[in-house]
Amino acid sequence: MMESRARSATPPGGIAPALPPAQIATVHEVIARLQEQPGALLPILHGVQDALGHIPDGAVGPIAHALNLTRAEVHGVLTFYHWFRREKPGRHVLHLCRAEACQAVGATALEQHAQRTLGTDFHGTSVDGAITLEPAYCLGNCACGPSLLLDGELHARVTPQRFDALIAAARKA
Amino acid sequence: MSEPVTVHVPRDATAKALGAEQVAAAIAAEAARRHLAVRLVRNGSRGLFWLEPLVEVTTAAGRIGYGPVQAGDVAALFDAGLLGGGAHALRLGPVDEIPELRRQERLTFARCGVIDPLDLADYRAHGGLRGLANALTMDSDAIVRVVTESGLRGRGGAAFPTGIKWKTAQAAQADRKYIVCNADEGDSGTFADRMLLEGDPFALIEGMVIAGLAVGATMGYVYIRSEYPDAWHTFNAALAAARAGGVLGDAVLGSGRHFHLEARLGAGAYICGEETSLLESLEGKRGMVRYKPPLPAIKGLFGKPTVINNLVTLASVPAILDHGAAWYAGYGMGRSRGTLPIQLAGNIRRGGLIEKAFGVSLRELIEDFGGGTLSGRPVRTAQVGGPLGAYIPPAQFDTPLDYEAYAAIKGMVGHGGVVVFDDSVDMAQQARFAMAFCALESCGKCTPCRIGSTRGVEVIDRMIAGAERDKNEALLRDLCDTMVNGSLCALGGMAPFPVLSALDHYPEDFRRAAGDRAA
Repeated sequence: MMESRARSATPPGGIAPALPPAQIATVHEVIARLQEQPGALLPILHGVQDALGHIPDGAVGPIAHALNLTRAEVHGVLTFYHWFRREKPGRHVLHLCRAEACQAVGATALEQHAQRTLGTDFHGTSVDGAITLEPAYCLGNCACGPSLLLDGELHARVTPQRFDALIAAARKA
Repeated sequence: MSEPVTVHVPRDATAKALGAEQVAAAIAAEAARRHLAVRLVRNGSRGLFWLEPLVEVTTAAGRIGYGPVQAGDVAALFDAGLLGGGAHALRLGPVDEIPELRRQERLTFARCGVIDPLDLADYRAHGGLRGLANALTMDSDAIVRVVTESGLRGRGGAAFPTGIKWKTAQAAQADRKYIVCNADEGDSGTFADRMLLEGDPFALIEGMVIAGLAVGATMGYVYIRSEYPDAWHTFNAALAAARAGGVLGDAVLGSGRHFHLEARLGAGAYICGEETSLLESLEGKRGMVRYKPPLPAIKGLFGKPTVINNLVTLASVPAILDHGAAWYAGYGMGRSRGTLPIQLAGNIRRGGLIEKAFGVSLRELIEDFGGGTLSGRPVRTAQVGGPLGAYIPPAQFDTPLDYEAYAAIKGMVGHGGVVVFDDSVDMAQQARFAMAFCALESCGKCTPCRIGSTRGVEVIDRMIAGAERDKNEALLRDLCDTMVNGSLCALGGMAPFPVLSALDHYPEDFRRAAGDRAA
């Protein structure tokens, strides 16, 4: 165990680059605040993503060490859940609903409009770094779709025109 | 200034998405400008979403509704005497008399949209905590018996009798037991859990405390989706209020009984709505489905006996303990007792939450309550029970909503979601989506789900392209059979339901020439 722990601290090939000091401090603060909870891994991953916008590869080692898990276990959890993100997002994060209730009122056309106008596929960011586009499978606004979540704020009955207005306002903000 | 007039403007996420925040701000500003005293209450939603934002003014004649109100309407509403319930084009009259609300049987959602969701005194004033007070005078056997006799079954979709689940956990011997609420409401077309978290969170808290008393558990968790940021914040505020008000903690309502409750945030995995996968996630692991047995009631969270119930199930318990088992069982039909909060969604003119006794038909829901499609085109199908539910054709719309009646037509009631589609829907594409969604969300533990869903997408693509349709249809049906009978949980086991229903009821959509399909 000790040997593998020692190896995980200095991964071969530099898989996990060292984090900038400010990020290291944030990661350790989140770990210290949450690690005593039973089943602490998801709360810690949420905490890191809330603070940094994503979960950098360099955070995996410290989290694994604190929870007495292998880096592989943390990586496995991190990549299992769609909500967690390993790349730094754009200035705004947009979750667009692709599920059936929104499909029934034009979500598929809206999805194509979003990808075309932002110039990115799902999980990508517009070239100006403003908007990261993520898919969502239901936002619980199913009687008033199509729906999207922009920086955690829900919007209803989103037409392509309304989408463009929301994006224009976000870009200015 | 005179006595302030109470004005309710919902804080529900859908109401906010339609402009409720701006309306609330405009009302506060307009009242200040006119030197009128207003007490603004941020309630949950009544679930009449075509009327949101729905503003309610408390008058001598009861609560008068106005809706849908936009911020730009507010000055004109004040001119029309809003605070006295004055006449205006948006005036709906007494809210309780709105036909779509009056015709419901609101047992579980009785307070949702009525009270301030974070005000414990308002909760008490509307019958809250009476069920818990009764439970504190009963022994655990008696509580379990009331729940059993009420006929309550799991509202998450599996419809397992709640009393039997509780009895199993109660009988299990352990130093620690848990109550877990499944609020991972991932089904498209459903929002009942979200509405209660935002509109009447104390009902869930009270139900979980009662469950704890019934089975001897002192710790609970509520697993809420990350896609519901409003619900997450409101519920955490409600937890703080419940702790401060002595509903949670080391002396539940001063009784000396303990119950502690925490909320945990999911992370966008549909599979975590499956109970064993949810428990894995709560333990900090990947949401991989567990083999059963052992049942969670015997060996659940952290290996301890655990009652895991859907949010609506738990939130239905306080009223049952308040009014009695016979009262609840007096609603419904056959073995489906009580009420079901039905969520009318998709392409629908008047969408929202309709709580009705079991036995109501889709035709009543879609035509009478919903007023047909939003687009004005004919209804072609309705998917009932979420992404794993069957597509029901209008010819079967008179089937009563009842667990057994739906099983008989190869459908399922599920969590009560009804998603309406008009005649522009392409059912082959809907079938493809069901398989693609299963492939995306499969936890990967069992082969029929993990591999079958991907192969399913490929076979449907070949059918859509017009390649050897008969052979591919036979292959698809065979694949569905393998998934239904060979999958470990409901994801792989039921993803074929929408596929087979589309094939059975809309075969023409799979047989259209490739060139006829809209790009």
